[in-house]
Amino acid sequence: MENTIVALKDIVVDFDGEAVLTGLSLDIHDKEFVTLLGPSGCGKTTTLRVIGGFLEPKSGNVFFDGKDITGMPPYKRQVNTVFQKYALFPHLNVYENVAFGLRLRKVEEKEIKTRVLGMLEMVGLRGFERRDPTTLSGGQQQRVAIARALVNHPRVLLLDEPLGALDLKLRKEMQTELKRIQKNLNITFIYVTHDQEEALTMSDTVVVMNGGDIQQIGTPVDIYNEPKNAFVADFIGESNILSGVMERDFCVEFSGQQFACVDKGFAPRELVDVVVRPEDVQVVPAIQGQLSGVVKSVIFKGVHYEIIVEQAGFEWKIHSTQSQQPGEFIGMNIGPDEIHIMHRMEEAAR
Amino acid sequence: MKLKSKICAAPYLVWMVAFIVAPLLMVIYFAFTDKAGHFTLENLSGLSQYSSVFIRSILLAAIATVICLFLAYPLSFMLSRLRVNKQRIMLMLVMLPMWMNFLLRTYAWMTLLERNGLINSFLGLFGIGPFNMINTQGAVVLGMVYNYLPYMILPLYTIMVKIDNSLIEAAEDLGANLFHKVTKVLIPLSMPGITTGITMVFVPSVSTFIISRMLGGGSNMMIGDLIELQFLGNSYNYNLGSAMSLVLMVVVLLCMSVTNMMDGENKEGGVI
Amino acid sequence: MKKMSFLSKAYMVLIFSFMYVPIAVMAVFSFNESKSRSNFTGFTFDWYINLFRNDMILSALGLSLVIALVASVIATILGTMASIGIHSMHRASRTVIMNISYLPVINPEIITGVSMMLLFVVVKNWMGGKVFGMPTLLIAHITFCVPYVIFNVSPKLRQMDVRMWEAALDLGCTPVQAFFKVVLPEIMPAVFSGFLICLTYSIDDFIISYFTSGTLQTLPIAIYSMTRKKVSPEINALSTIMFVVILSIILFVNAQDSRRQKKSSARRS
Repeated sequence: MENTIVALKDIVVDFDGEAVLTGLSLDIHDKEFVTLLGPSGCGKTTTLRVIGGFLEPKSGNVFFDGKDITGMPPYKRQVNTVFQKYALFPHLNVYENVAFGLRLRKVEEKEIKTRVLGMLEMVGLRGFERRDPTTLSGGQQQRVAIARALVNHPRVLLLDEPLGALDLKLRKEMQTELKRIQKNLNITFIYVTHDQEEALTMSDTVVVMNGGDIQQIGTPVDIYNEPKNAFVADFIGESNILSGVMERDFCVEFSGQQFACVDKGFAPRELVDVVVRPEDVQVVPAIQGQLSGVVKSVIFKGVHYEIIVEQAGFEWKIHSTQSQQPGEFIGMNIGPDEIHIMHRMEEAAR
Repeated sequence: MKLKSKICAAPYLVWMVAFIVAPLLMVIYFAFTDKAGHFTLENLSGLSQYSSVFIRSILLAAIATVICLFLAYPLSFMLSRLRVNKQRIMLMLVMLPMWMNFLLRTYAWMTLLERNGLINSFLGLFGIGPFNMINTQGAVVLGMVYNYLPYMILPLYTIMVKIDNSLIEAAEDLGANLFHKVTKVLIPLSMPGITTGITMVFVPSVSTFIISRMLGGGSNMMIGDLIELQFLGNSYNYNLGSAMSLVLMVVVLLCMSVTNMMDGENKEGGVI
Repeated sequence: MKKMSFLSKAYMVLIFSFMYVPIAVMAVFSFNESKSRSNFTGFTFDWYINLFRNDMILSALGLSLVIALVASVIATILGTMASIGIHSMHRASRTVIMNISYLPVINPEIITGVSMMLLFVVVKNWMGGKVFGMPTLLIAHITFCVPYVIFNVSPKLRQMDVRMWEAALDLGCTPVQAFFKVVLPEIMPAVFSGFLICLTYSIDDFIISYFTSGTLQTLPIAIYSMTRKKVSPEINALSTIMFVVILSIILFVNAQDSRRQKKSSARRS
């Protein structure tokens, strides 16, 4: 396995008695693109701030390269941060912003120049050295912020929702750009976002967080295809989540029907959460369906139609390339591979 | 990090306690003691003989405040509807006299209002007058209005530039006439400016001793004059002066709580 | 915008003449040969010449400038430090301190003056000797100036992105370096405007100085003693000079402002 560069052990953080991180432990491998993903308030930014040294955990330890750095102030850590909304110094021009960290380290002026210009080259901002950061567009400011952090050759780069303020098209561009930079420099990126699509596109490893703790760690493909619990399933992509009963291995009952599935190893008659992705529900004529229901609404979403079907009090969300008539009675089929079964979450985590 | 930067405030906190809090406590102490330092209520009860002065002060200040409000309200609205670069110039014109020392501004009126001053000799050309204008209560009110008018214009203007034209047009659209536009839309929306303006004119007016002395002569004493006499004038009675100061503070506090109530919840900060 | 109606134009002219005619009259009569305040008898510069020979005025002006400068510098430092400290405090203590700081601003000036005078009198009775003079004057001016610095700097600090400070630490600044390299440049405009407000308030102050200066004469106190004498056309001359000085400062500042605005908007486009 790759070696661990940052390790968090039993980190507890609370603000005024309110628990934000509840004993979080996490190993981050060197040279990986790791994303902390979760809804707002899940503790992902707090985790990042603990690694950056802006926040001291109430208990627990932070290790960097095997050494305990808990309590070490940020300016002594070998990590740099790209802040939300960039935090560029408005009184300094682009060149001076990027040179800021090197100046503090008393790097020779000649070397500063080559490193700063090289970094601006890499982010595509050569020729912008004398510009005032406030006169740059959001995307350009973002690039300056990245250059300012990377010029110091950090072993780990922390990015706190760096693309949050950009419009959709620019976000997509920057996503590829960031991935390219990470590959080129071959260093660890720890990236915080609440955008699941962003997380799936860019990361080597995704850490899904909720309620101050980790829900699942895995590759984007694993996380999407094999969500460990209903929260992850719901948060990563759209899902129909139903409660069901595991009849026996490879057989589950939900919505009043028994379905063949590929899961096994549950206790007999265990109550489970059943997750079905909207694109995995096949629409068929009513009599041919395993389930049948009434179409409540149809919305055109560009690539597909989103169809809401009511069946026995549950509203199914279906993505289909074919439109249906609201009010129509239709059938639904779900293949065994498309049924994901997971242990019931405790109510608290929902 | 946070703990360390708190220490920066320490010198000021010491200063604040020594030179803001302690002096005010002195006022209270002196107001309730006699010359020998014994507790007494005589200073406060003795104030009843000056009640006419107190009433005059409050009355003159109130009149001046109302006049300021009526003069400034339309002007502020007009200013707020000008083109932006014109607004800048006009605002500068409003503030410019404020930057001149108020003694000089008041002195200017002294020379204008005199019995053989410019106004009387101008009127004399038409065979009118001369009028006795200086050393009257009217002159005192005039001095207050002249000195403190900008303090009314500025907060009103600041609040009125924020009132969008479309609001007034909407009222028109819904059938409001001029009177309704002013009473139902403009005044409620500009309430915070009105209350700030009232405080900013009333407080210095009610406590002045220069304007009453320069334009009111000896016969139109105000609270400020009384206090000044106790501390630097011939009366020399710190205890009585402190009692007067205490009452003046109460008057000011009352004025501010009244305007605060008028304001309700939508409190906006002053201009300074 | 519709063209302004004749009525509103007339109204504006009326109010502005009310504000400026007295000043204009003073300016005109500062060149009047005789001491008359109603008849212009002839042109002269005599009052200006007298003014510059008037030692009382000149030394009062000098004192006012020294006091204003020293008090403003100290008040600015004290107030900026206070703002930073207050900024990191809890809401409750912050509110208490801010409200106390508001006292000298909302209290009638005469109360501030009188209360400080009382304090100094008490100190004098304790320690004896001469208390009133330069130190009391300075203390008084610093006291009523500091709140204006705090009210200027505090909002700017609140506006400032905390991440700016964190970014500095992240890039290797110690907290002290971060303050001088990032925070201070960022709040500098507010600190400077606070300083300017202190200067103008200090130079302009009469009432508080009047109660705390002892026998010293600042410029406003000197003006006051001149107005007590019935006729002194030097005041007209002094007013005119002050008006011209203030006007040119404001025009200069405004010109600077609009030039800076033009520059930045040109760069932006």
